[in-house]
Amino acid sequence: MKEPSCHNWHVHAVSMPDFMPLKKLGELQGKRLRSVVESAYANVACFRKRMDARKVKPQDIKGIADISLLPFSEKNDLRTTYPFGLFASPMKDVVRLHASSGTTGKPIVVGYTARDMEVWKNVIMRTLAAAGMHRGDILQNAFGYGLFTGGLGLHYGAEALGATVIPISGGNTERQIMLLCDLKVTAICCTPTYFIHLMEHAEKMGVDLKKLPLRVGVFGAEPWTEGMRLFIEKGAGIKAFDIYGLTEIIGPGVAAECERHCGLHVFEDCFYPEIIDPVSGKNLPDGKEGELVLSTLQKEATPMLRYRTHDMTTILPEPCKCGRTLRRIMRIDHRSDDMFIIRGVNVYPSQIEAALLKVEQTFPHYLVILTKANGLDQVEVQVEVTREVFSDRISEMENLRGKISLSIEHVVGLRMNVRLVEPQTIERSQGKAKRVVDRRTMNPGDKL
Amino acid sequence: MKLHQISVFLENQPGRLTKPCDALANAGINILTLSLADTQNFGILRIIVEDWEKAFKVLEKSGAVVKITEVVAVKVPDRSGGFAGILHVLERSGINIDYMYAFTTNRGGNSILILRFDKADEAIEILRQSGIGIVDKISMFAR
Repeated sequence: MKEPSCHNWHVHAVSMPDFMPLKKLGELQGKRLRSVVESAYANVACFRKRMDARKVKPQDIKGIADISLLPFSEKNDLRTTYPFGLFASPMKDVVRLHASSGTTGKPIVVGYTARDMEVWKNVIMRTLAAAGMHRGDILQNAFGYGLFTGGLGLHYGAEALGATVIPISGGNTERQIMLLCDLKVTAICCTPTYFIHLMEHAEKMGVDLKKLPLRVGVFGAEPWTEGMRLFIEKGAGIKAFDIYGLTEIIGPGVAAECERHCGLHVFEDCFYPEIIDPVSGKNLPDGKEGELVLSTLQKEATPMLRYRTHDMTTILPEPCKCGRTLRRIMRIDHRSDDMFIIRGVNVYPSQIEAALLKVEQTFPHYLVILTKANGLDQVEVQVEVTREVFSDRISEMENLRGKISLSIEHVVGLRMNVRLVEPQTIERSQGKAKRVVDRRTMNPGDKL
Repeated sequence: MKLHQISVFLENQPGRLTKPCDALANAGINILTLSLADTQNFGILRIIVEDWEKAFKVLEKSGAVVKITEVVAVKVPDRSGGFAGILHVLERSGINIDYMYAFTTNRGGNSILILRFDKADEAIEILRQSGIGIVDKISMFAR
């Protein structure tokens, strides 16, 4: 048979599972869940003990609807069984290890069999195809290569799609911009914060990203907002796509936006999503916001059953206009553990970002600093001053500070002290952006 | 004739003033006059230099937030009542001064005042009509 010359043929072929009829999808999910539960029960002591405690046997799982019978798992399970306690495959079948840095103590380690690598490659191909990428695209992969799943995960999927991959990894911003220009790059992937950093740097170097062939940005590995998307799309003249994934499940490739940008399609033939109430652990119906729980339906080396992600989102059950039958989750812009509580009020960094966007109409760099004075929570929001908002008049700058403070109060319901800081003084992350610094130390005498 | 003033945003913290001044020094740009307005939180450095376009580029490259504002430089007789006379002229015409700063030169017995108006053109017209000298060339600052 002749090799088809049309780009779209390639895209369409890899994306076929995205369009599976729902009945067939449900049957496939049930079949795959049964087999992953059997393997987890037979090979992983932690899962077996927990199922036994709930008096659930693998044979009780008849279809995908029975998933809620299963116990949850969480990050701590990976820590307490470090390094290989959750592995269901013998090491001779494991071809790759990845690890995610823990902010405290040991990292968590996950493994992949050769078949897991195939699954991963396929979901990345589907991710990139949904973003409109195809054979012939030149992808600058600025996700970190190494133990982090972002770099290598995107790498193999992009190659399999037929794209040319530039494995530049993260950092060295000036070289990134030089190669973006010189190698006629058409697509880039990295964290959204890092891309904004690239945009700022390009401007300083006198490079107009809008004039480059770059047309697609695939961004993930941290929560970001619709405001950031608009800022990126306008400033760089590209289409920006949100992707979602986590090391514990596979890495990038769990869910991805299509050209409609109305939520992220979960590749639910491979990863089954549920939404639960983060406090009670009860399942919530589609359309309600709660914590995302994911089960791997195909993972051999490190299967995960009902893994609590701490990411807050909503499942959108309505069919997407793109025709994919995969359900969508809303863009994840906050995590249940991102939340901080100030004087009894729950606050998410995304709320502060939204408040700032209302005032500045440009993407603000900000940092929330929590301290305690006389037993009371104190909040300071540091906001970098941009050229757009800077004035030579003190009164206008004070006015700006007041407007920001008021806007935050409107959105959050709390008055916060706003400090204007010089540009580039808030650290730019190459990985996940840090938005909150909590310096409220608990002294032994303090009461909760 | 208006002059181009460069304003730089600064945090009100020790050492913050050094960075922009170093950037200008390294580029061989001489500061003719400056003023520093500060609040508890932040400050605004305002500078007059000869080559403002170069200074703007140098400061932006150093990472500062910079803004160009048009200001008016007037000659004030270096004697008692010299400044009051100018204020009377402005007061009568209802023109508001946003801020101002001064420096003295010993050329021809005049001081020079830098004034920031929201209606600069109107102010210049009124000052001219009242016979108040406007510094219209940056070179006149040279001592």
